[in-house]
Amino acid sequence: MNKYATIAVDGLVRENATFRLVLGTCATLGLTTSALSGLGMGLSVTVVLLLSNTIISLLRRLIPSAVRIPSYIVVIATMVTLLRMVLDKFLPDLYEVMGVFLPLIVVNCIILGRAESFASKHTALESAADGLFTGLGYTFGITFIGIVRELLGGGTFFGLRVTDFTIGFFTNAAGAFFVYGILIALFSMAIEGFGRSRRRKRANLRIPDGEEPLPSPEKEATL
Amino acid sequence: MIVTILLVAVAAVFSQNFILVKFLGICPFLGVSKRVSSSLSMGAAVTAVMVLATLVTYPLYTFLMVPLGIEYLEIIFFIFVIAALVQMLEKILKKFLPSLHAAMGIYLPLITTNCAILGVAELVLKADLGEVAGVAAGISMNMGFALLYALFSGVGFTLAMVLMGGVRERIEHLPVSRHMQGFPITMVTACFMAMAFYVFSIL
Repeated sequence: MNKYATIAVDGLVRENATFRLVLGTCATLGLTTSALSGLGMGLSVTVVLLLSNTIISLLRRLIPSAVRIPSYIVVIATMVTLLRMVLDKFLPDLYEVMGVFLPLIVVNCIILGRAESFASKHTALESAADGLFTGLGYTFGITFIGIVRELLGGGTFFGLRVTDFTIGFFTNAAGAFFVYGILIALFSMAIEGFGRSRRRKRANLRIPDGEEPLPSPEKEATL
Repeated sequence: MIVTILLVAVAAVFSQNFILVKFLGICPFLGVSKRVSSSLSMGAAVTAVMVLATLVTYPLYTFLMVPLGIEYLEIIFFIFVIAALVQMLEKILKKFLPSLHAAMGIYLPLITTNCAILGVAELVLKADLGEVAGVAAGISMNMGFALLYALFSGVGFTLAMVLMGGVRERIEHLPVSRHMQGFPITMVTACFMAMAFYVFSIL
């Protein structure tokens, strides 16, 4: 597989930030009462991740390793400050909805994690691709949770009324934990099922291409 | 006055609980809540840093950044204050209270990137106490209330952590489906705890 395709598959599916690594959970739980606020948060994180990954990758030879974490945080905090100004000016509604979670993008584990584990070791273009796809994977996850909670809790899909049958539980804090937990389990089942069917197909076709089957990524202990 | 203090305390610990209602500080809640003892140490460390961080960031913002018109730099300033405080606290504990350092030392570096700390520093900047704590609207925010709110938010955080630690010690011995192990079962447990805390907010 080509290098960028691997980065894309890792970011979107295999190391999906929301469902596989379970990073950036605060905003995932807090901003998914509607699909739209989830989408807004996901795209904000994607923009910050793309920019910070690119800049950190360009600076990786200049940053001394002893002070790398503070340096990364300065870059990330600057990006978030810029994003905050832009959203305040052009999308004031989204800015209101995101509230305290917008400045908290700085301490979102995904961004510092990608800076430390990917951008500090790869070229700018690869880091940009990694930032983009990790961000899109996160956006997919948070938007999906938002869609489920909005549909079950409010009967709407991106604000359009679908049904009048609603369960208030899903818009509560408790519903957020419930939906997220169940979706993580379903996602891991789906990935495993997909890996198994692919292995079976390959065994039937007898193509010994030496490629490993989908590894089950270890759940990283988040801080 | 005393009623206001009580209201803020109850709101910060129960009805506006940082973890289960406001969703701040979820990472340590999922990551280091396997034992009651580790939950307690983490909670104590977070509470200490929350109060100290608010003690520095609130005056810094009100008396330095607002007069100079550099409010937009708050994120960068705050994260540095928190990082520096955590480093200092670790050094001080190591030097003067080695036993306490041994108990909660390993959790201290993790706290720098804890949303709850930066969250409390950002939340208390609002002008009205009602906006911050969800109760007692119409009272203007000041240093005392900011510290009080930070302290009780930390207590609420510790409470949720300890409860979760206790539940997870039990869950370990139960047969849990393979896919539900780890994060999913913890989240579903948190769901039931959040339901209990939700009752406080509709009282």
